[in-house]
Amino acid sequence: MITLEINGKRHEVEVDPNMPLLWVLRDHLGLTGTKYGCGEGLCGACTVHIDGDAVPSCQVPAKDAAGKRITTIEGISEHHPVKQAWIAEDVPQCGYCHLGQIMQAVAFLKENPHPDDADIDNAMGGHICRCGTYQRIRRAIHTASKTAAKGGRK
Amino acid sequence: MSDIINISRRGLLKTGALLGGGLILGISLPLRVPPSEAVPPAPPLEPNAFIRIGTDNTVTIIVNHSEMGQGVYTSLPMLVAEELEADWTKIRVEPAPVDPAYNHTAFGMQMTGGSTSVWSEYNRLRNVGAAAREMLIAAAAAAWNVDRASCRAENGKVIHRSGTSLTYGQLADKAAALPVPKDIKLKDPSKYTIIGKPMRRLDTPGKVNGKAVFGMDVYIPDMLTAVIARPPVFGAKVVSIKADRARAVPGVKEVVQVPAGVAVIATGFWPAKKGRDALEIVWDKGPNAQLSTAGMREQYANLAKTAGVVTRKEGDPDQALAKAATHISAEYEVPYLAHAPMEPLNCVVDLRTDRCEIWAGTQFQTIDRDAAARVAGLKPEQVKLHTTLLGGGFGRRANPQSDFVVEAVQVAKAAGRPVKVIWTREDDIKGGYYRPMWFDRISAGLDADGNPVAWRHTIVGQSILAGTPFEKVLVKDGVDESSVEGAKDIPYAIPNILVDLHSPKIGVPVLWWRSVGHSHTAFVVESFLDEVAHAARKDPYAFRRKLLDRHPRHRGVLELAAQKAGWGKPLPHGRAHGIAVHESFGSFIAQVAEASVSPEGTVRVHKVVCAVDCGKVVNPDIIAAQMESGIVFGLSAALHGAITLKNGKVEQSNFNDYEVLRINEMPEVEVHIVQSNEKPGGIGEPGVPPIAPAVANAVFAATGARIRQLPMTAERVREALKNI
Repeated sequence: MITLEINGKRHEVEVDPNMPLLWVLRDHLGLTGTKYGCGEGLCGACTVHIDGDAVPSCQVPAKDAAGKRITTIEGISEHHPVKQAWIAEDVPQCGYCHLGQIMQAVAFLKENPHPDDADIDNAMGGHICRCGTYQRIRRAIHTASKTAAKGGRK
Repeated sequence: MSDIINISRRGLLKTGALLGGGLILGISLPLRVPPSEAVPPAPPLEPNAFIRIGTDNTVTIIVNHSEMGQGVYTSLPMLVAEELEADWTKIRVEPAPVDPAYNHTAFGMQMTGGSTSVWSEYNRLRNVGAAAREMLIAAAAAAWNVDRASCRAENGKVIHRSGTSLTYGQLADKAAALPVPKDIKLKDPSKYTIIGKPMRRLDTPGKVNGKAVFGMDVYIPDMLTAVIARPPVFGAKVVSIKADRARAVPGVKEVVQVPAGVAVIATGFWPAKKGRDALEIVWDKGPNAQLSTAGMREQYANLAKTAGVVTRKEGDPDQALAKAATHISAEYEVPYLAHAPMEPLNCVVDLRTDRCEIWAGTQFQTIDRDAAARVAGLKPEQVKLHTTLLGGGFGRRANPQSDFVVEAVQVAKAAGRPVKVIWTREDDIKGGYYRPMWFDRISAGLDADGNPVAWRHTIVGQSILAGTPFEKVLVKDGVDESSVEGAKDIPYAIPNILVDLHSPKIGVPVLWWRSVGHSHTAFVVESFLDEVAHAARKDPYAFRRKLLDRHPRHRGVLELAAQKAGWGKPLPHGRAHGIAVHESFGSFIAQVAEASVSPEGTVRVHKVVCAVDCGKVVNPDIIAAQMESGIVFGLSAALHGAITLKNGKVEQSNFNDYEVLRINEMPEVEVHIVQSNEKPGGIGEPGVPPIAPAVANAVFAATGARIRQLPMTAERVREALKNI
């Protein structure tokens, strides 16, 4: 039995301790906002926050996530400046990668609230979008940065 | 003209969706299937709703094309909403079930592909919207007992000139009792408030909060998950399976052999994959065991030196080449490419003795449904296919063989329980259905004044359509049109032209890949034309412009892109412009790429200026997004993408060795849309073809190195720099 604290809620799961957190979230807890893209930590679609850091959940065995604070896309407020900016800039196309992109952007903006394009490229370089929304991702991160600076909810 | 019928009036759809009343408007249209195709005719008035208006004022638009990022869940509802005079904030979208009434208006089946959704539905959906609007106005006029001419529809309401109004929700039940008007008058486009405007995408909120449901996100009661051990070489067969270790993995329920390989069925993805990895399978590698890219390249290069099937011949190119003052020729090559949509392929199947339910992110509803029925031993009407959102398609989810659906039905059959089959990313990269590898040999002749007088282009590569149900219709006289599109129809004024084709049969499964033949022909034609311009000592933009005298739409975008990019003006040191123009899927695109090359040979694209003429504009922001998207997709292929084979095995496996563009390589993209009254063209694919040649031409302008082989990796560029 592994105890996981996800989005402020405790879950007890009976799984292979080596099962990646990604599949615990999806197959056992119904948190399907976190996506499978590559299984090797190469695309970022499965990004979640563990103790505030953005990490690819496909690379985290369930046992290593135990006792840590896990946040998934479902745990980010609908009013969060990053989610709002993604809507304002109509960023997604197919949409599959964006849950991970948003999780990365949320964590990144906490560390660097006023990034330039180079900072953004550096922080978001682990994420692949096959639809090619990168230009809008840059724009949305700048928008979120401005909203947050004006006191938008975090 | 098709018939529009009022479904609610006929009382045919007494489903949950209708409880509470409302108006459903459907449309029935004659099937337009080529006579040779064995599709049974549909009942003449099968009810199919495109619009459902609820008493709560919501307007649900049932969309018959798959949303894979290209924006049809917004652009198609816009067509309805405009004529319906709907309140855009009340619009909801629902994917259409499989039914002949939802068939593509030109292709006689339900499908999404070829960048055709908007033009397929442009008239039909506007008519459906207008018919509903007229019925709502008539219902209001009857309720108020006034002349209908004194009423108008606006923003989800019918308003009488006295100022009284009723909402569509209030009128829905009354309108449902009325006949559909015969003569429908469409709005004057100058009155449009939705079409042509950058309406926000309806699917964005769900794609931001995680609630949007892709095929991968479908979980149904009692469902198991399967991962399949697929052949290491295309066409390999299972000789023996040792599954003890796989079965010992906790959670593994069953190991079954299916035509696709060996399926491990488990309680979730992780045990299924662990089980799959623990299988010991002996394969008979079969006829493709020696296949290699190097060998194929040699075979193709030899073929290219011989005459192929002629697809276009004008004048006497051989004689014109012999007489030309200047003669240039070159060989071009592009590799196999995987589509690699972000959502790996998957399919959920619930198979019962008398029915089958399928959830799939597919581009090919009719074909997949019918294939599933055949495999399940059911009638098509016993198979219910739910179209989910697609986490990218790019053509991979439009497979005439229905591979990922058929295998899921086969696994479900063996499992005796509902099953979701998931492809790993490695399965996706190694699993085939690639954009074909191509080899081209091309020559041109110039007269003494530098005017091109001859063009000879030989193309070698696999046919996508051979061996599929489409072969009968789309392969003519041995020519797969998709192999030569964009090459045989070059627009340039050259008096002597020959384009011929070899279609070798190779055991690697191939498929349309975003922009299909154009993804390769534009690279070859637009790069080589640059070589010809250089040989003629002319500016590549001016050279093209002159040769496009009779093609105003090509010329229009070419001029616009050049002007907006500041063609001919100085750029920062080391950077240069390259230009390309190409027509595909009814749209015309020109792109100017600004690029530089590092001393190590790394190509950096700084900016792309894109001009697009896609006829009538439905949603300019979606058009801009699709241009950005096509440019990125094309750049991934131009700079990184290659699937290669050695000893029959695919050498790539995941995003580490099948690299795609990331944000740090993203150029600034600027899109300019030509205002046009022409028929709407495609938008999902046409942005792809011009980017590779525009970048290759910029690399040449910056360095003098001509890149004739994709991808333009640093190593290859270094090699080209040595050969200047």
